[in-house]
Amino acid sequence: MMTSIPSNSRLRYKSQLRQPASERLEHTHPLTWRLNDDGSRVGLDEYRQKNGYVGAQNALEQAPDDIIQAMKTANVRGRGGGGFSAGVKWSLTQVGDNLPRGYMVCNADEMEPGTFKDRLLMEQQPHLLIEGMIISARANRSKYGYIFLRGEYVDAARSLSLAIEEAREAGLLGDDVAGSGFDFDISLHTGAGRYICGEETALINSLEGKRANPRAKPPFPGQSGAWGKPTVVNNVETLCNAPAVLQHGAEWYQELSGNLSNDGGTKLYGVSGLVACPGLWELPIGTTGWDILERAGGMREGHTLKTWLPGGGSTGFLLPEHLELPLDFDTVGQYGSRLGTGLLTVVSQRQSLVALLRNLEQFFARESCGWCTPCRDGLPWAAKILQTLEHGEGRPGDIELLQEHAANIGPGLTFCAHAPGAAMPLESAIRHFRADFAAGIVEEDAKGGSAVADGSDTAAAKEEVS
Amino acid sequence: MTDRLYDAAGTTAPIATDGDGFVLHDDDRRAILDERDHYEQPQAACIEALKIVQKRHSWVPDAAIAAIAEALGVGVGAVEGVATFYNLIFRQPVGRHVILVCDSSSCFLTGFEELGEALSQRLGIGFGETTKDNRFTLLPTCCLGACDRGPAMMIGDDTFGPIAPDDLSELLEAYP
Repeated sequence: MMTSIPSNSRLRYKSQLRQPASERLEHTHPLTWRLNDDGSRVGLDEYRQKNGYVGAQNALEQAPDDIIQAMKTANVRGRGGGGFSAGVKWSLTQVGDNLPRGYMVCNADEMEPGTFKDRLLMEQQPHLLIEGMIISARANRSKYGYIFLRGEYVDAARSLSLAIEEAREAGLLGDDVAGSGFDFDISLHTGAGRYICGEETALINSLEGKRANPRAKPPFPGQSGAWGKPTVVNNVETLCNAPAVLQHGAEWYQELSGNLSNDGGTKLYGVSGLVACPGLWELPIGTTGWDILERAGGMREGHTLKTWLPGGGSTGFLLPEHLELPLDFDTVGQYGSRLGTGLLTVVSQRQSLVALLRNLEQFFARESCGWCTPCRDGLPWAAKILQTLEHGEGRPGDIELLQEHAANIGPGLTFCAHAPGAAMPLESAIRHFRADFAAGIVEEDAKGGSAVADGSDTAAAKEEVS
Repeated sequence: MTDRLYDAAGTTAPIATDGDGFVLHDDDRRAILDERDHYEQPQAACIEALKIVQKRHSWVPDAAIAAIAEALGVGVGAVEGVATFYNLIFRQPVGRHVILVCDSSSCFLTGFEELGEALSQRLGIGFGETTKDNRFTLLPTCCLGACDRGPAMMIGDDTFGPIAPDDLSELLEAYP
C-alpha cells in the first residue's frame, strides 16, 4: 500500500555506512569501496565498471581445491559470528563422482540483537553477494543456491531480486555461468520470522518448509544438508569477502589486517546504544573497540560507558578496559566473550544492567525453538528471576541459581548454540557486576512469607531444585 | 529458473484446492505452484504459500491450511506445524496495518519501552491486540537490524527509526 511517508523522510530507516567514498579505497575497503554516498543500489553495470565479477571469473578458471586453499590462506573466518574458517568449512563439503552436487545456502537471516551489517551489503551492493555465492558454489561444486533472507528485510529482498535477474540476463547465473561450463543459479527464499532460523541446521529445516528446529550433528551440512545433499551455509559478509580474495589473492587479503590480527581481511564493525553517532564502518579486522567507539563520537553527552557487548546479544559483556583489545575472534575469545558479529552494543552507567539482562533473557526465552527442556523451560525461568531482581523482589540464592543455570547450558552441553548464546551474557554480567544483581535481593526477614504466599513461579521453581 | 528442480513423488497436486470451504484464489494457487518449482521437494514452498495466502486475506484461517496442503500435495499436519511456528504467519485476524516494534537489546537501550508505551496509549491496545476499528495490530518483534537508528519499528513493509513518541502522530496518520 502506498503511504504518505516519503522515502526521504527522516523517519524512514536507511542502511548507512559512516565512511564517505573519499575514505573508501579498492585496496583497503574490499567490502564497501563501490558503495555510493547516497546509499543507492550499485547495479550490475556500475558493479562491473568497478571490477565486479573479476573474482568470480578467476574462480571459474581455477580448480575448486585451489579456491578453497586461497580461502584458507586468506584466513577468512565466519562473519556470522561463529568465526569458523570459511576455507576449512568448504574443504569439508563432500564431493565425488558418485555424489550429487548439493546446495550453496547464504545465511541472510540477520537477527542477532545489535547487528545491522548484512542489511547494508544486500540493500546497496547485492552483486557482491551473488559473486561470493558463485565462488562458493564453484569451490563446493554446488548445483543451486538459496539466499535465506529474513522476511522483514523487504528492501534487501527487492534489491537482491533485481540483482539476480540482472545476473541471469548477463549470463552470470544459470546454465554455463560466464561461459565456464559451470551451471549455477540462485533463488531468493524469504523467511517468516524466528531468530533460531539463523542456526545453520535450523535454517536448512526452515528452507525445506519445516519447523526451524536445529538438527543433530553429525552429519554436518557438508555431508548431508538440504534434502540430504552436501550443503554449505555461509553468512552474507563471509561470502562478500570471497570476491576480493579471488581477485587480489590470499596474501593481499591477509595483509589487510597487517599486524593487527592473525585473521585476514576487513570487518564491518559497528556500534549501537547511547553513543553520539551510532553506525557502521569497514575497518581492518583486529581494530580496537576504542577506535570504533571514537568513530562513533564516544558516549552521548551525560553518559559514561559501563559495559559493552562486542558482537550481539549472545556474546559476553566486557569492561571499558577491554576496549583496548584488538577485536578479532581469538582475542575476544580469551576474555570470556566472543567477537560474534563485531557490532558493539554499549551500556551507559545510567542504564540498568539487570533490566537489560531481563530483556535479553526474555528474548532468548521467546526465540527458543522449544526442542530441549533446559532451553524451553529454563530460559523463561531465568527471565522471571531477573524480573524479580529488577524490581527489587529477588530472593537469596537467586544469583547462584542463575549462575548454575548458565553453567548447565554452556557451550558443549547443548543440542545447538541457542542456549549457550543466552548463557554467555548472563554469566559474564554476573561475573563483572554481581553487586548490581545483589541489589535486587530482599532479605528473607524483610520480605516475610509474602513471596511464597504470592505463589510466584520463581519461588516454586526454586523449591523444585532444592 | 529453467527446469523444475524437484522430482519427488506426490507432486501431481490436484487443481481443485478446496479446503473446508476455503478456496485458493487462482492467482495464489499459480503463485504457490510456481514457488514449488524452486525446490527439490514441494513442502519447501509451504512457508511462502502461507505468506501468499496471508497477503490476500491478511491472516491465515484454519481452512486455508488444508487448501495449501492439498495444493502442494503435502500433509495438513506439516503445513499446520509450520504455520504455528513462525511469528510472521498470523493465525488470527489482524488489522489493516501490522506494527512490529523491535524489542531487542539495542532498541531496549534506546527507548523501546517508552515507544511501546506511547503506541499502546495512543492506540488504546496492548501488544498482541488489534484496534476496534481494525486499523492497527501491535506486535513486538525480534531485532529488526536497524540498531543504529533505534528505537525502530515497522508498519507493514516500511521500516522506521529512530522514532520518538512525538513522531507517532505523523507516522500513524500515513496509514489510514
